Amino acid sequence: MKKSIGVRIWRISIIAVVSFYLLMPLYAMFDFSTKQFGLGGKSRNLDSWRIIPSQPDLAIAITRSLLTALIVMALILFLIVPTAIWVHLKLPLLRRPFELLCLLPLAIPAIVIVVGIAPLYRWISINLTESPITLSGVYSMLILPYTYRSLSAALDAVDIHTLAEAARTLGASIGRVIFGIIMPTIKTGIINGSFIAIALVLGEYTISNILNYKTFQVVIAQIGRANGNVAVAVSLASLLFVLFLLLLIPNKKRLGTVLDVDVK
Amino acid sequence: MSSSPYVQLNNLAKHFGKVKALDGLSLDIAEGELVALLGPSGCGKTTALRALAGLQELDRGLMIVDGKDVTFQNANKRGMGMVFQAYSLFPHMTARDNVEYGLKLKAHRTSRDKRKARSNELLELVGLSTHANHYPHQLSGGQQQRIALARALAISPKVLLLDEPLSALDAKVRTQLREEIRRIQLELGTTTLFVTHDQEEALGIADRVGVMRNGQLEQIAAPDELYDRPGTAFVAEFVGLTNPISGVVSKGAIELLDSTVKVLKGSITIGQGIALVRPENIEVVASQSGNATVFSASFLGASCRLSITLNDGTRVTAQLPSSDAVGLSAGAPVKVSLLDRPVFVKPII
Repeated sequence: MKKSIGVRIWRISIIAVVSFYLLMPLYAMFDFSTKQFGLGGKSRNLDSWRIIPSQPDLAIAITRSLLTALIVMALILFLIVPTAIWVHLKLPLLRRPFELLCLLPLAIPAIVIVVGIAPLYRWISINLTESPITLSGVYSMLILPYTYRSLSAALDAVDIHTLAEAARTLGASIGRVIFGIIMPTIKTGIINGSFIAIALVLGEYTISNILNYKTFQVVIAQIGRANGNVAVAVSLASLLFVLFLLLLIPNKKRLGTVLDVDVK
Repeated sequence: MSSSPYVQLNNLAKHFGKVKALDGLSLDIAEGELVALLGPSGCGKTTALRALAGLQELDRGLMIVDGKDVTFQNANKRGMGMVFQAYSLFPHMTARDNVEYGLKLKAHRTSRDKRKARSNELLELVGLSTHANHYPHQLSGGQQQRIALARALAISPKVLLLDEPLSALDAKVRTQLREEIRRIQLELGTTTLFVTHDQEEALGIADRVGVMRNGQLEQIAAPDELYDRPGTAFVAEFVGLTNPISGVVSKGAIELLDSTVKVLKGSITIGQGIALVRPENIEVVASQSGNATVFSASFLGASCRLSITLNDGTRVTAQLPSSDAVGLSAGAPVKVSLLDRPVFVKPII
């Protein structure tokens, strides 16, 4: 009994320390965003939060970034996931090279990537469109290391070969096997990968700024140059939004419930 | 036409690098027959089954099912029902959805009402109608394999392929399910190929058992014939227990343990050889002037297994009804002879 109380105290202490470490910066941001420094000294109000909606370009930048994130998610679902499944199922010899390829964006600094793709985007903006949504192309490459790891772990956790063969003998085409059997089976991995990808896309600054696209982070930086408090308020709001998205990732315990509910 | 086999596998060959998984395998299966392929690991039995399912490409060979050449047909077009060694239920579907899956696909598309009736019928057949809405993670291993069997049968397969479906289950469930598979197979009359490395399983439910070795079929016969009249030394030694006892063969018989018994076809025809004698073919009686001594005795319920040391030092195992083994404890002098049943004799290497 004594031991279990000791363990509980130990756990609570660790959670408290980690929570403090993670939440303190958020609190500091909130604190800063509500402080006003004027001639009359410091005052505290929510003005910085109130004027967020009136910031020029902010709403459109959020929309663009969310749309870009959605396109990246679609690319994950219809390009990266089937490719990863295909490599796991049919091309096991290519697994290592494919994994290495997917990890490259992690090893190459964003600034180097942007120097490499700048001519391509220049051509796109001249000949096709200037829409920042085209960034979804480079973003879907940037998110590869995180998405692929998540997918690979999910694919390794189940015997997809046997599931695929069972479906094949029952009359399923390869497409049905991938989209109807394997993808629902590794749903958690896909959701994890997608949410991490959304978080990364919404938080990306270097590439969009250098390529001169006004995305969410670029506009926040611009606001920050004019009004630090508002910029911090917007940043905190975006952080909380991303945190909310990450919390939506179903954990193992909830997975059973998810499967029970949505299978029909 | 009806005399031609329902399934014909002709001269199948498959190499994996330097390993010959199948080396000219030929096998015929009659309609409604249950054939078991038995053999040690790596003998090619699973490769043969997977080739018939369309999951394994072959180097050469011909496969004919119901009069049609299926050698190059895709797995999803062959209409084979398969139950795998690993649990293979789709985890995001209920038991009923799993059973109905094949019937929703183009190859076997069925109306909703018929699908439901068929799944009810099959769930009933495998004794799991009360578990229709359970997900695989809510079912035991035995239940999962039952559902997998129902799923494979739902599409009314041309051939039911069973790839060691019982090997992941505990002994009791394995025996139960083995009997159920046989009952269902007989009820439906489905032509079945069953791959296993467990000889008790193969001998217990198959109409014929094929013993494989190095990618070839060593012998195929009814279980009792395979056991009592093995065609090769490998079959004699692989199926059941044998006592290797040396003796001299002449005129189609061998003299062993003060007895003369006939030798089986395929044995050596003359000279010194090693007879492979089944434990139950050894007769043991208590005798002070006997030719052996009981070394140890194991009570197995209905029968008793005796380890016996012959006067020349050779150790043999005999198995006799427990009622005949009363008083035959360790150290007891006994007289050992052979029942008049033919034995396989292999050459001395």
